[in-house]
Amino acid sequence: MALPYDSAAKFQDYARPEMLVSTEWLAEHLQDPGLVVAESDEDVLLYETGHIPGAVKLDWHTELNDPVNRDYVDGAGFARLMSDKGISRDTTLVLYGDRNNWWAAYALWVCTLFGHPDVRLLDGGRAKWIAEGREVTTQVPQRPRSDYPVVDRDDSTFRAFRDQVQAHLGKPLIDVRSPGEYTGELLHMPDYPQEGALRGGHIPGATSIPWARAAADDATFRARNELEAIYAGEAGLSPDHDVVVYCRIGERSSHTWFVLHHLMGYPHVRNYDGSWTEWGNSVRAPIRRGEAP
Amino acid sequence: MTTTPDTLNPRLQEIAEDFAALPDSERLQLLLEFALDLPPLPARYAEHPDLLEPVPECQSPLFLAVETDDDGSVRLFFDAPQEAPTTRGFAGILHAGLDGLDAEQILSTPGEFSAQLGLQDLVSPLRLRGMAAMLARIKRQIREQRQH
Repeated sequence: MALPYDSAAKFQDYARPEMLVSTEWLAEHLQDPGLVVAESDEDVLLYETGHIPGAVKLDWHTELNDPVNRDYVDGAGFARLMSDKGISRDTTLVLYGDRNNWWAAYALWVCTLFGHPDVRLLDGGRAKWIAEGREVTTQVPQRPRSDYPVVDRDDSTFRAFRDQVQAHLGKPLIDVRSPGEYTGELLHMPDYPQEGALRGGHIPGATSIPWARAAADDATFRARNELEAIYAGEAGLSPDHDVVVYCRIGERSSHTWFVLHHLMGYPHVRNYDGSWTEWGNSVRAPIRRGEAP
Repeated sequence: MTTTPDTLNPRLQEIAEDFAALPDSERLQLLLEFALDLPPLPARYAEHPDLLEPVPECQSPLFLAVETDDDGSVRLFFDAPQEAPTTRGFAGILHAGLDGLDAEQILSTPGEFSAQLGLQDLVSPLRLRGMAAMLARIKRQIREQRQH
C-alpha cells in the first residue's frame, strides 16, 4: 500500500515529483505502516554511528553486489535481501544516505532494475536530516521478515554494457567523474598510480558534467530550472536523446541517471555500470585524453 | 587463520586476533570502536593543520603526523572527520597497534597486514588500500626523520 506523495512545492517542478520526499514529510510519516526507510552510505560504518529511527541498513558493497561475479545480485538474491529487511513488493521504500545521496541513488537504481514499484529518495539525505537536528538512533530495528517475490532483473532498459556503449559512440554520453579523472590526469597519485584502471581519460564524445553539480550545498537536488541550465543548456541534452551516463563503477552516475530520468523526465537514459574501471582496462577501447570531448 | 607472528608486533597481533575471532556482523562494530577511540589531535597540530601530511589514497580526508623521539620511539597522530568513521577506524587501528613503538617495529609491519583483519568482505578494497597507504606514509616519514 503506497504512502501519499509529498506535495512540497519544489518537487512539483520535477517530471516525477513522486520520486522524492522531504525531511518534513519523512518525519511526519515515519511511523506509517507500509513504509520502510533504508540508509545506504559511501562510508559503510556511518549507519552504526546513528541513523533515522527505524531505518534499516542497505550495504552497497556486501548486499547489492554479487559476491563473486562483477554483477548485481540476481532475482532470487534480491528477493532474499528484501525479505530479510522486511521489505515487501508493495512497500513504500525511502532511501537516503551520505554525500548527496550518492550511494542511495545507486541503491535506488538497482531497485529499479528489479522494478520495485514505489522507491523514493529523501531529498538532502543524511546530511540534511542531521543538520536539521532531527532524531537519530543507534538502535537497529528488528523488522519481521517479509516474503518478497523473485523478480527477474531487467538489464535492458536502464543499464548499458560495454558493447552497447561501443555501438553508442557518437550519441550523447555524460562522464560524471571529477575533471581530473575526465582528462586522465588523476591516475597518477603517489603510491597508488592506478586507481583500478590501466589507462586514463574518457570515452570519446563524452561531455564532462561532474555528478555533484546536480546537488545544492545542503545536499538537496537543485531546482528544475537549474538542472535544465546544466544538462540541456551546457551539455545540450534533450528528452528525445538516447543518453548513457558513466563514472568509475556506476555509483556516481546513478545520481545523474536519477536526475535525468526522474527529475527531468528523459525517457531513454542508461547507466553504464562497467564505467571507467571496465573501459579504461579494455584492450582497444578508444580513449580520449584532455579536456575536449 | 594466517598470521605472521615474527613480524606483527604483539599489540597489532592481538587486534588482528580480536577481529578474526568475531563473526562478520560484529567486525564492523569493532571497527567503529576503534573509530570512537581515536584520540583527538593535540593542540600543536590542531592549530597547525599544515604540519600534517594528507593521505589522498583514503576515500575520505585523512591527515597524519609522525614524531620520532630521541629514544627511537615513534608517536603517531591522525585527523579524520567524524562523518568518515571507516577511515577513522583504520586510523584508530594503526594508532592502537603502533603508537609509541620503536621505529624498527613499525618499519617491520607488513604492508598488507590489513588482510589479516578479515574486513575484505565488509569494506571495499579501495578503502583497505587507504589503510595500506597510511602505513606506507608513516614508514616513509620515519625513514626520512632518521636521515636528519
